[in-house]
Formats: sequence, C-alpha cells, structure tokens
Amino acid sequence: MKAVLVLKDGSVYKGKGFGAEAGAVGELVFSTCMTGYQEALTDPSYAGQILMPTYPLIGNYGVNEEDSESRHIWARGFVVRERSGYYEHARAKESIHEFLKRNGIPGISGIDTRAVVRKIRKEGVMPACLATYEKEVDYKELLEKAKGLDYSSNDFVREVSEKGVKEYGGGEKSIVLIDCGVKQNIIRELNARKVKVLSVNCTTKAEEIRKLEPDGIVISNGPGDPNLLGYVASALKPFIGKLPVFGICLGLQVLAHAVGGKTYKMKFGHRGANHPVKELRSGKVRITTQNHGFAVDPKSIPKDYEITHVNVNDNTVEGMRHKSLPVFAVQYHPEAHPGPRDSEYLFDEFVKSMKG
Amino acid sequence: MPRRADIKKVLVIGSGPITIGQAAEFDYSGSQACQALREEGVKVVLVNSNPATIQTDLEIADVVYIEPLQPEYIERIIKKERPQGVIATMGGQTALNLAVELQKRGILEKYGVEVLGTGVEAIKKAEDREKFASMLKRIGEPLMPSVAAKNFEEAHAFATEHGYPLILRPAYTLGGTGGGIAENKEELKRLMKLGLSLSPIKQVLVEKSVIGWGEIEYEVMRDAHDNCITICNMENIDPMGVHTGESVVVAPSQTLSDDEYQRLRTASLKIIRELDIRGGCNIQFALNQKTGEYIVIEVNPRLSRSSALASKATGYPIARVAAKVALGYTLDEILNAVTKRTPASFEPALDYVVVKIPRWPFDKMPEADRRIGTQMKSTGEVMAIGRTFEESLNKALRSIEVKASMMAVDEKEVEGLLSKPNDRRLFAIFEALRRGMSVEKLVENTGVHSWFLMKIKNIVEIEKEISLQGLSEKVVKRAKRIGIGDKRIAELIGSDEFTVRKARLKFGIRPVYKMVDTCAAEFEASTPYYYSTYERENEARAEKVKKVVVIGSGPIRIGQGIEFDYCCCHASFALREEKVQSIMINNNPETISTDFDASDRLYFEPLTFEDVMNVIENEMPDGVVVQFGGQTSINLAGALHEHGVKILGTPVEGIDLAEDRERFRKLLHELKIPQPANGTATTEQGALEIANQIGYPVVVRPSYVIAGRGMAIIYNDEDLKKYITEAVEVSERRPVLIDKYLENALEVEIDGASDGKQLFIAGIMEHIEKAGVHSGDASCVTPPIITSKELQKTIIDYSERIAKALHTKGCINIQYVIKEGTVYVLEANPRASRTIPYLSKSTGVPLAKIAMKVMLGRKLKEFGLKGIPELPHYSVKSVVFPFLKLPGVDVVLGPEMKSTGESMGIDSDFGIAYYKALLGAGLSLPMKGRIAITLNKKDKGKGGELAGKFTELGYSIGATEGTAQEMEGKVEILKKASEGTPNIITAMEENGLGMIINTPQKGKRSFTDGFKIRRAAIENSIPLITSLEAAFGIADALKSARGRAIDVKSINERIKEIKK
Repeated sequence: MKAVLVLKDGSVYKGKGFGAEAGAVGELVFSTCMTGYQEALTDPSYAGQILMPTYPLIGNYGVNEEDSESRHIWARGFVVRERSGYYEHARAKESIHEFLKRNGIPGISGIDTRAVVRKIRKEGVMPACLATYEKEVDYKELLEKAKGLDYSSNDFVREVSEKGVKEYGGGEKSIVLIDCGVKQNIIRELNARKVKVLSVNCTTKAEEIRKLEPDGIVISNGPGDPNLLGYVASALKPFIGKLPVFGICLGLQVLAHAVGGKTYKMKFGHRGANHPVKELRSGKVRITTQNHGFAVDPKSIPKDYEITHVNVNDNTVEGMRHKSLPVFAVQYHPEAHPGPRDSEYLFDEFVKSMKG
Repeated sequence: MPRRADIKKVLVIGSGPITIGQAAEFDYSGSQACQALREEGVKVVLVNSNPATIQTDLEIADVVYIEPLQPEYIERIIKKERPQGVIATMGGQTALNLAVELQKRGILEKYGVEVLGTGVEAIKKAEDREKFASMLKRIGEPLMPSVAAKNFEEAHAFATEHGYPLILRPAYTLGGTGGGIAENKEELKRLMKLGLSLSPIKQVLVEKSVIGWGEIEYEVMRDAHDNCITICNMENIDPMGVHTGESVVVAPSQTLSDDEYQRLRTASLKIIRELDIRGGCNIQFALNQKTGEYIVIEVNPRLSRSSALASKATGYPIARVAAKVALGYTLDEILNAVTKRTPASFEPALDYVVVKIPRWPFDKMPEADRRIGTQMKSTGEVMAIGRTFEESLNKALRSIEVKASMMAVDEKEVEGLLSKPNDRRLFAIFEALRRGMSVEKLVENTGVHSWFLMKIKNIVEIEKEISLQGLSEKVVKRAKRIGIGDKRIAELIGSDEFTVRKARLKFGIRPVYKMVDTCAAEFEASTPYYYSTYERENEARAEKVKKVVVIGSGPIRIGQGIEFDYCCCHASFALREEKVQSIMINNNPETISTDFDASDRLYFEPLTFEDVMNVIENEMPDGVVVQFGGQTSINLAGALHEHGVKILGTPVEGIDLAEDRERFRKLLHELKIPQPANGTATTEQGALEIANQIGYPVVVRPSYVIAGRGMAIIYNDEDLKKYITEAVEVSERRPVLIDKYLENALEVEIDGASDGKQLFIAGIMEHIEKAGVHSGDASCVTPPIITSKELQKTIIDYSERIAKALHTKGCINIQYVIKEGTVYVLEANPRASRTIPYLSKSTGVPLAKIAMKVMLGRKLKEFGLKGIPELPHYSVKSVVFPFLKLPGVDVVLGPEMKSTGESMGIDSDFGIAYYKALLGAGLSLPMKGRIAITLNKKDKGKGGELAGKFTELGYSIGATEGTAQEMEGKVEILKKASEGTPNIITAMEENGLGMIINTPQKGKRSFTDGFKIRRAAIENSIPLITSLEAAFGIADALKSARGRAIDVKSINERIKEIKK
C-alpha cells in the first residue's frame, strides 16, 4: 500500500501505507515520547489530530489488551519513520498495522519525520491530509482538504465524551468525573485510592452532577480548543468553593475559564514524556507527560488563585490552585500512560482534600 | 539553589592508566568535570598517574599532579593544596576506592576536605553488597537472591540452598574483575579464591543466576534538592550473563513497552533517592520478558563507561552536569549545553537509534579464552547512530575494524559460537541466518530477543537481494536505508567499493546529516553534532570558512589507545587557536574527541573510506589530517588522496616511503644510515633464504602493521616455516619483512615535528627493557641515562636527515637500536606516536599542537623552540597489562604489543621517577619481606648480582634451583610446581612472596613451569617482573624510594623549572 502526507503549506511526503486504506484530515502534531504509542493513539486528546512520534521505530512490542486509554484510536492518522513489521512481547496480541486497520485509521511510514518535526517547530502545528491507497490519489485534492480544516472550530470534546453516567470502582468517597475525553488511567488511579468514580458526559449540567452527591469533582483531559467549552466551565463553576476540584490538562484550562481566566493556542504545543515542571512552593522539578496545544495565560488568573507549577523549558503555566480552597489543576498528566509516574502524588493530594 | 560559595578549590581524582574495564571514559568525564568547575570560578587540582589524558593538560585544570593514585600521595597533595572539596566520582572505581580509603584513614577529616557530590556513605551503601541488599529490601525493590560471602563455606552453603549456576562478583573491583559463573563446586572454589584475593574488603557476592533474562540499564541524575531524572535507558542485546561492558547495547530500549520502561524508571528513581546520590549513577536491571518480573542487579554510584555512552548517545553531558550538582546547583539551574535555552532538568528524547559494540583484544592474543561473561575483556568500543536499528548496527559493525568472515567456518562451530557468549557471536548470528537457521532456533541458542534477530534477518535478506540483483538504483537505495556500506555491497556483487560508490553517486544516492540535539528537534539546538542517514533533509550545512577535517582513531584497542585520541583532540584545539574550523570524525563514545565541544563540528561516523569521503563531500574542507588517528586514519590516506582530497602535512608519498619496507631500506641505504640487516620475502622459500643470509634470530612481520600485529622473533628454520603457514599468508601483495634481531641491544626513540625544513625533537626516550620488547610495552625514560652524548648526536643527525627525506610535515617518530656503539634505524613513522602525550607532559611542549600548526603552514622557528628541551628531572613511562583479565595468556613480552595503558613517574632522581611510574601503574612493590627470582638460561649469570642488590636492601630471596646455583649467599630454594609441594606457587598463594622476578625462556611455548609461575603471580596480584633490566631498575628504584619521604610536585612547577 502506498501513502502520502500532504501539509497545508503544500509539502508532500511520499511513503508506505499501513493500517487502513483511508484518507484522514487533521492537525499534524508531533510527540517526543519514545514508548507508549498504544496509549497515545487511544488518548482521546488526540481527536482531530494526526499523530507523529519523533521516535523513529514504532510497533516493536505490538499492541496488547491492557494498555489502551480508551475503547479505540482517536488520532486520525499515524505518521512514523519506520513501522516494525515484526513485534514480540509477552502481552502483545496484534501488530500496530492490525490495530490501525481494525480501527480504520491510516498510517504512513518511511518518511523523514525529523524533517517534518523541524518544519512544525518552525511554522507551528499544521493541518495535513494523510492518505493510504493502492493505485493513485490526487495530491491537489488532498491539499485542498488540508487547507479546508479549521481545527479550533471543532468541538472534539462532544465527540469523545462518553454518553450517560458510568460508574467505576467503589469506596468511601465518590467523585464525579466530567469526561472531556478521559484517559482510563485517571479512573484507575482514583479507583486504586478507594474512590468511586462517576463519569458523566461533558454536557452534563451542574444540577445533574449535584444529584450524584459527589465528594469531589475531577475535570479530565480532552481534545481541542478550551474556548469552545463554556458549557463545561458553567457546569463546574457552582462547585468551586463547595467541593474539592481537580483538573487535569484540558481540565486546567476549563477551570481557568470557569474562574475568568483565558487560554491561548501554542505554536506547536507540548507533547512528550520529558517535560520538566517546577512546583514553585517546594522548588522541586518533576518530569511529566504532556499533551496539549493550548495553555493558560498566567496574567488572566484571578487574584484568589496562584500559579503552582511552571514548565521549566518555556515558563508556561503547568498548574494553579485556589489560595485557600481545595481547588487545583495541572496541565500535565499525573496518570502518566505513557510517561513518567513522578506525579501520582497529586491523586493522593486530591483524595486527601476530600477527607480533610 | 545557587552554588556553594564556600567551595573555592576542588581536587578531582582521575582513574590512572587505561586498563580493561577502565578506559578513556574517565578522561572524558574528568575533563568535562574540570571544565564545568572552572566555569564556576573554582580552582581545580587534578591528580592522575596517566599522562595520556587531556585532563592532565594545564589548559584543563589549574594545577596538575601526575603522581601515583595511592592514599599517601593524595594526602601529600591535599596537605599542599588544601582544597575544600574532593570529587571522586569522575575517576572510575579507582577514584571511588581512594575516596573511601582517604575517609577511612581520617585524612579527609584531618584537612577538612569534603567529598562533593555523592558522599562516601552513599558509595558504601551502593558498593557493599550487604548494605545494598538491605537497602533494597527496605524500599521494596526486588534483589537477586544472594549472599555476600567472606569465605568458601558461606558461598557453598548458598549453593546448596539455591543450586548452580551461580554468579560471583568480588566487591569493589572494576569491570567485574575476578567475577565469573560457577557451574559446579570446583568452579565455585576457584572463583571464590580469586575473588577474595581481589576484593579490597575480602567479600564476594554470590548470586543466583538469571541467565537469559533481558538486561536493561538506566542512567540517572539527582541533585541535592532531590530532583531526579533519567538520562537514558539502554538495552543489552546479549541477555543476562554478559557484563554490560561486553554486551552489544542499544539505546533507547527497543523491546520494552511503556509500562516496563516506566516501572524500571520509577525503581531507578526510588533507588537513587534512597542512596542519596548527588550526581550521576547507573542502575542495572534484569527483566524477565516473559513475565514482566524484574530484579535489581547493581548500582554504580559514579560516572561509568555506560554514562559516557549515554552522554554520547543522547548529547546530555552527564559529567558536566554532575560536577555542577556537586557544587550545589539544582538541575533546573543548569543550562542544557546542547540547546543552550532549556535547563538540564529534562529527559533527553532520542529520534534515532544508537548501537554500541565492544572491541576485544583477541586479535592480539589469540591464545586467550574468547568466551565473554561477567568479567570484562574488551578494551574499547564503538558507537553508531542511525535512524533504524539495522542502519546503526551496520555502521557499528564497520566501525570496529574487525574482520570476522564466517564463510569458512563449519556448521558445528557456528552453532558453538552461538550458544556460549564470545566475541564472534554477533557474526555467527549473521552467518547462521545466512545459512537458513530459523529465528526460533536462534532464540533458543542465544537467548537474544527475537526482535533483534528479525532485524538482523532483514539485513541478511536485503544482502541476498543485492547479490542476486546487482547494482540497481532500487537495490542500492534499499541497502543504504539499512546502513549497508559500499564495500559490503561490492563484496556481495563481486566488485570493489569505488565502483559501487561511482554507481551510487550516479543514482544520486547520498547521505544527509541529522543532529543529535537531546530533544528530538523539539527545540532549536546550536550544537553541531551530526550523524549520517539516508533521508530527505540535510541539517549539516557546510559553512563558508577555512576548515580542516581531523580523522579520529576509532575504538581503543591494544596498540591504538587513548594517546591517539589525545593527539586528535590537540589537533582540533590547535585548529581553533588558528581560527580554522575543526571538523572531527570519530566513532568512539568513550573519548573526548567525540565530545560535542571538543571540535567546532563533530561527525559521529564509521572511519571507513566511504563514510569519511561522504563527510568530506558534505563539508568540502581545505584539508584533511590523517596523522593523529593511528593506523585507522593513515590507512585512509591513499584512497582519499586518489579521490582528490588534500591531505595536510607529510605527503602520501612520504607515508608510503616510510611504510613500504623495501623503499625505506633503499632510502636508508642512500642516506648511509645503518639498519639491521633485513629483507622482504614474498614466498616461504624466499623467507628462509633471507633469514639464513642475515642469520637468526630474526624479527618477522607482515608489512603495513601497527603495534606489532603478527610480529614474532624467530630463532630457527622450523619456527619460521611454522610462522609463515600459521600466522600470515605470504604473497606478492602481502610480503613478509625479515629483520635481523639485535640481541642485548638498547632501544631508543624520538618524537618530533618537522616543517619540511627543520626538525624539532621533543625528546630522546630510552627503553628500560632490552630491544625486542615492543616499544609500546617497554618502559622508557627521558632524558636518556645510558646513551652517550655522542650517540645522541648521531640520533639527532639521523632523525633530521630521515625527516627531510620523507618530506615530513607534522609529526614523526623514529625508533633506533644501539648495539656496540652503532646506531641502527628500526623504523620511521611520519605520524603521531603513542609517546607524544607522555613527552608533552615531560617537557611542557605541546608537540601535537605544534605539528598541526606546522601543517597549516607555520614554521617551527615561530614557536621559539631551541633543540631538545633540557630537563631538570627524569620522566619514566611504565605500562599496564591486561593479563589478569585474560586467563590463559602468558605474561611474556615480545614484539607483539600487549599493554593497554601507561603511567608516568617524574622526579629529579631516576629511581624515584621509576618507582612512581610503577606505583602509578598499580604495581604495589613490597618494601620488605621475601621475593622470588627465577631466571632463564641467558640471564642466570646475572642472578647473583641481582640477588645481591635486593639482599642489600633487606629482602630475603627465594629462587628455583637453577637460578639459586648462580647466587651466592643466603638463598632459599623454592620448588617449581612440577617438583611437588610446597613450591613457589603455593608460597604465592599463602602470601609468602612480595614480588616475582621471572625472565621467560625465549621462544618457548605455554604451560611450562615458567608459565604457571607467571600466571600464579598475576592471579594472586603479586608484582611480576619479566625483564632483567627492569628488575635491576626496580632495585635502584626501591633503594631511592627508601631513602626519601614521599614528595609531590605539580606539573606546573616542574615545567616552570624547565624554562628557568
């Protein structure tokens, strides 16, 4: 199978196709994670995007039944330097090719991904069109499709959020998780701390949440532009000051909007498992997993909130909390999967805040 | 936290001579640390006994001591310099052990010296097996069932409980010295005895074997504020049971899922925190890839070979950051020196694959046991970078400069090479796949993960395609994408590499260069550290400036050691001083030449014609330097020259004139300079005729060799025939050179630099051993002590004439032998020699730099040099041998080089200088007690005189019967091993002998009594002297050492004295 990746600026990269024979339009982003392609592909935050790992060898250990972060692949396409035709791992059940194919997602391999990464670094994330095909395709048509994409106008959260209320685990405390595209490991981490998780759709209103009588609220990670999520912010707002609140990634941006803050789109975002984040109070630096293309404007944070964490690379906001209430959020992924597990303590803090 | 203001002066301890298990990586880490400290305004005092190091350059540290790495000497230095802190984590196990010893003796406390960075308590906790085990238990990390045995009984009790095989590791030894795998009680007994004798704390860790599990290591960094990061993880392709230094290693890990990757990472951080490491650290795990279960194998609480590899693999300067951490900085306060805009508190992201392959010395010592295991035997390593595993592996394979064709090896032998780890296993895997062995079968035989084997199979399949389809654009493109070299393609299609290259260029297939930037292109980096690959975008744009390419020396091996890397670095430094862009090409991850800021540009590439020529075409330099990288770079000169590349310095014609023995003989004849009678033979018959004509003994060797590869001293026709059939093939193209061997003669050599008109000689070095011992193995002294002024004049005269005749521009080394007042020329090498760093340290003259500048067009007179520097001191070079690490190898010195490293002793008294050199080489000479002397027939006559010298010094003498007969006075007769017990060997085992002087019988084979005596000395760590001249020298040295208190003087002071 042949494949081609066409960027909005007109550049064309020809390669080999794998996965499904299909076409995909999305915002082309890169991630510097060296492992965890299965976790990344199934992370709902990649909805609407074409994912390109910077690490060149992908698929070495196959795909297993345990490591997916949601029911299926959310990334619209997958761009790699080399797809491993062979995989071997005790837990593996299928190859990356089979996984993509089963999910109807096209992949392209054999292209100079580093050159594409350098382009994105210089020019910012870019709409792109990826097509896999047996005979031929019209590059111009693909280019037009790429040009037609306006990533920020799509509310991907509605697309990825599960319908209805779902209950996970049990325990003394229960929380409502506003599912904006949650990664399963957030739920696992909470369950592991004996917290019952009631996951609700992103459009759930405050009064419906109240009826579930939660001890705390978690706003999950998710895809897209937080500016479109006024409805989530409105649902969250009444609980601030009433219940402990914990926001993760997009959850931080939603919280910022709920308290009057602003967000902006970054040039090429943070996607990787090596981002240093400094906790300002202790001065401690931890390595974090990140996957976000928008960030909170620090100047827009109201006075009763403080910035608790910053990214040491570029000083962007990585965490904020209310100065006296148990309301806090981080821009990175304490649930890891993929990536370092240095920040799991945040779940402990959240659970503790419900008890205190 | 800002840096500690109370630290103004720091002592950095180096690692001493290069040995197996402790190579150039510690010069790299030590030098980087010194620079990092000086950037902070700290005054750095550096001590190392190894002169062939960049760190002992006066540009690197403020005060440099070339003194033995012994507690007594370090104490004197501390007393004199009064540093506030000492850094012991940059000098390998040697420095670490010294720090522990200094603390134990209360020396640190006495002078108020603090161990900076990782402290002694942490070191002990990581290195003491019992403490380590209880620490792991406390934090819930799994450890291999093991016991820290203090005697055989404890080990045996453990064996009874857990069964065999067992792995043994003596505590506190470097490179797993003395370790091994015991399959049964006898082996356990033998290894325990060896281990206990080698461990400074008489402790051996005996552990259950997890042979066959995967081995994974993490390089971790922590600051005093408890911030922890992992720099890199690495996966050993050889499964557990092979020392990580002996394993083919890939970075990052390839077969681990994120879950495994992170579980091991989390465990690493937990361990480094619990140990309270402040700096760099290496943690090794065994991973059962079937169950996901893991155990912790060991922790190195210091910079290591792996950390050097990780630094080069990621671009993250571990030693530099560790040094800053030692001063109190936190990781986020330290700038990432590669991006220059992000902090050091991040984890490097790789967008390429790195493969490391060790380089073993078995080509020099074919009699050694080639199996590899828990003890290191390799002397060096190569690293290659590519965008796929196949590409990196192929590049690494052509970097190690080892020929290992398996085509003629039979089926059974190939299978044998697969099942027991050995230096040729990787080649055997290729061969087995070529012959159709299935990957399943290979997994069974080797325990190597199938993913790696499938990748190798992919290479084999594409190779097959090439041989079937020949040169087409499609095939060449596929070949290049997986890193197959032009030369290999040529082999496959029965062509030559130049034809393949031409075709490839016609197809427009050229490599591009990508940057190693620590961050997978996420941030813009300014460090020009490149590797080649066959892709779309070229990041290494040539700059329009004056520039010169320096070709490096590749992996460290016997005969081509760190000295050549030293010279390459100096060439680069000189280019910078001359405002010429320096471009380095090399493939050795341990060395300073491959540090990203040693040169203006670095290409981490194999040193083959193809790869070097590609870089040259990308850069279009004004010239290329081949003089400094040993035989590796010299061998490229001809082909580069033929392809229109400008070789700087001595023209290719001059190199050929010196290397072609026939032409060189004619040249000397014309110059009327004597040479030992010699001839060149292209047939066996011819060889016999020449040998008989000039008379035995003769020295024979193949042409074009370095470090005496394949050289031998031959005493009769029979041995000559044997040599020709066994050791070398003789043909028109590969002649054998035959020289008269001058017995009982004195060997001297010179190093110098010439500008084409004038020759500057930096020194005349006189060998301590008699001629016949390879110059790399001989101890030497400068200035000479025996050679008369008259003869020195002759040497200078000959040197000047030869240099001129060879049109030398740059370095030259000429070796002479003096017999009965006649000076004969042995050989001339118009290139850098291994004695340049030693001579530079002795004289303060930066010879390599001067040579480089001369090649750029400067004249010698511009440097204000007036003849050979007159030294107010003696400088003695001594050497270290790898015999302990190589069981089965006889300790006999000859024309084939065997040493791995060198030390230097310097003093106004020759005896003291020699004593210090020996001490610096790790020879712990006894000051009293009993020593043994056993001499060969030829030397016996001198036995009485020698014994007298030692008796005078108060030693008691033991001797075997034959030797004892020649000695008058009180000599105790010791039996040989073949004469029953107790004997000389049992005496050694019972610690009853402090030194062995044994001169081997010439031309005899192994397994004699002499062989057993020599091996026993090595295995019981007893100083062994195998040359009569050295024995007399040592008697003088010990006499001098007795008369004087320990005294230290910095190189700075010594060089100042020369100028006066």
